[in-house]
Amino acid sequence: MKKGLAYGQNRIGRRLLGTLMVFLLVMLGSPVFARGSKEHRIRGEELLGAGATFPYPLYSRMFHEYGRLRGVKVNYQAIGSGGGIRQLLSKTVDFGATDAFMNNAEGILHIPTCLGAVVVTYNLPFAKELTARRLRLSPEVISDIFLGKIRKWGDPKISKLNPGVSLPNMDITVVHRSDGSGTTFIFSDYLFKTSEEWREKIGKGKSLNWPVGVGGKGNPGVAGLVKQIRGAVGYVELVYAVQNNMPYAAIRNRNGKFVVPSLNTVSLAADIDIPGDTRVSITDTSAKEGYPISSFTWIIFYREQHYSNRSIERAKELLSLLWWMVHDGQRYTKALGYAKLPEAAVRRAEAIINSAVYDGKPIEFGR
Amino acid sequence: MKMRARYNGSENKIKLKEWLFRMVLTAAGVTIVLLLGGIFFSLFVKALPAIKHNGFYFIRGSVWNPQSGRYGIFSFIVGTLLTSFIALIISVPSALAISVLLSEYLPGYRNGRFFISFLKNATDLLAGVPSVIYGFWGLVFVTPVIRYFEELLHLPVYGVSILAASVVLAIMILPYMASISREVIALVPAELKEASYALGATRYETVGGVVLRYSASGIVASIVLALGRAMGETMAVTMLVGNSNRLPANILRFILGPGNTMASVIANEFAEATNSVYLSSLTEIGLFLFIISLILNGIGKWTVRRFAL
Repeated sequence: MKKGLAYGQNRIGRRLLGTLMVFLLVMLGSPVFARGSKEHRIRGEELLGAGATFPYPLYSRMFHEYGRLRGVKVNYQAIGSGGGIRQLLSKTVDFGATDAFMNNAEGILHIPTCLGAVVVTYNLPFAKELTARRLRLSPEVISDIFLGKIRKWGDPKISKLNPGVSLPNMDITVVHRSDGSGTTFIFSDYLFKTSEEWREKIGKGKSLNWPVGVGGKGNPGVAGLVKQIRGAVGYVELVYAVQNNMPYAAIRNRNGKFVVPSLNTVSLAADIDIPGDTRVSITDTSAKEGYPISSFTWIIFYREQHYSNRSIERAKELLSLLWWMVHDGQRYTKALGYAKLPEAAVRRAEAIINSAVYDGKPIEFGR
Repeated sequence: MKMRARYNGSENKIKLKEWLFRMVLTAAGVTIVLLLGGIFFSLFVKALPAIKHNGFYFIRGSVWNPQSGRYGIFSFIVGTLLTSFIALIISVPSALAISVLLSEYLPGYRNGRFFISFLKNATDLLAGVPSVIYGFWGLVFVTPVIRYFEELLHLPVYGVSILAASVVLAIMILPYMASISREVIALVPAELKEASYALGATRYETVGGVVLRYSASGIVASIVLALGRAMGETMAVTMLVGNSNRLPANILRFILGPGNTMASVIANEFAEATNSVYLSSLTEIGLFLFIISLILNGIGKWTVRRFAL
């Protein structure tokens, strides 16, 4: 307290104190009047969605266009695949979005919306021959690199795949994701299928126990670290590598062909038998020209649309939106760097959307 | 200063006001205690499944593998303690130097007032910079420098490392220490200093022997505050620490290489943790961090009381 001016004797001080007292009283007393409600209510005119960050740029564009065309607003929060699944399970959203399909999907439908790919990017400034052509890698070599068994670029296993390229004998610095992510899931799913050692030691999932390397936060984090560290190797979504002008490897697929990742080869990877519920992993695809580390990304929603006091109109709006996304909405994929759904996948998605019910009865919605 | 006569109410009115005032203050105090208890309680309840599942392995194990269900945070504990304490070692001398400069030396100069306010504002501004900005700045400016040294010492070149996080943390916690120490040092009674000079002590001897000893308890309190801040710092650390769970035996390699901290792991993995034991283990880390902060605060208070004159 300043010398000579007791607060009680200062007029302004007293007023301030009085206001503070009232404020505190209101603050402490207000919870008494809050209404607690056990029941979730999905209110409002907007459709609510949450989930994966990978397709966010595409969904953002799609929802904007859909809003202009049909006047229906969609609010999508890119909180990650896990968050999307959690929100759908707590029945607080109309739909979720995830890069990894759910294993226990009681009553939950999956439809694919587009395709993405994970590429292996690297930083090799001294290999001049690599500017003209790409580094070639095989699943065994990728697994060994990320397990820490191959530690230098000069290793014969790498040079065997790349004849005519003199790779510098630099240390390999592995860069992986520090946060849980669908990209990690897709990458590890591929290695899970193609490498027994990986399957035993690491497994597949969104967060892994990486034996070597540094972690970057998000795709931009990994891309940034690979760009900064000479001799680094990491995995990112195709879109990021393209946008940041980073080199990425051609990977030998199941048929022995070294496939360069592109929108075309990613779409080709999905050219296989797709099961009715569309829950299929297309990594290590059997498609002849397909890029082996590709994956669908899904939108998940309830088969029984009557939950959390949602109206039938809302259910109709949702189904119309989903129908549009797998048909007309696909035209926005290419410009943003995503691969569009092949015909077979679209047919499956149509059947699934048609199978949604409200109070057990099929829903008539506008296509 | 005018003394206003109390014509504006009877004695009862005054008594009511006083009582009300006391009640509101008590309520505010009680709310804070309840909040703290509530945080601890909710953390504990959510972490219970993990506590049962992990047992003591949690603290001594260094394998963090959500796929196989093994959750050991030893490497995170080491990383947290290392980054926080190295940050302290780096920033305490600078903070002390700034506070002594601002309160003891600069006031004596002719244009001292300008420099005092400039330095004061500059230091306080450091506290206002968002965490993420510190992270970006560290990535762009600090990591290349560390890479240079790693190459020089023939160590694997990463850049992002415990050291990178520590350096940026040091800058982040500097303003907290500097501003509190500055205020405490300014409160040293002039009589004590004058007595010291009268006995023939030099400027250096007075500052070291009288000023700093008198304000030691306040300075220690500010260090404890800064340490608590450093341990809980998430965003900047997670961008700079390298996010690796390794535990090399050589301490130099560890500092100049990637590591991980408790806050960083929680921030990174919480959003995608759908498995309930996984989520619960992350909450257990939070509980642990909470308890460590409480312990450190307790130690700080004890130290303050020990050194108080």
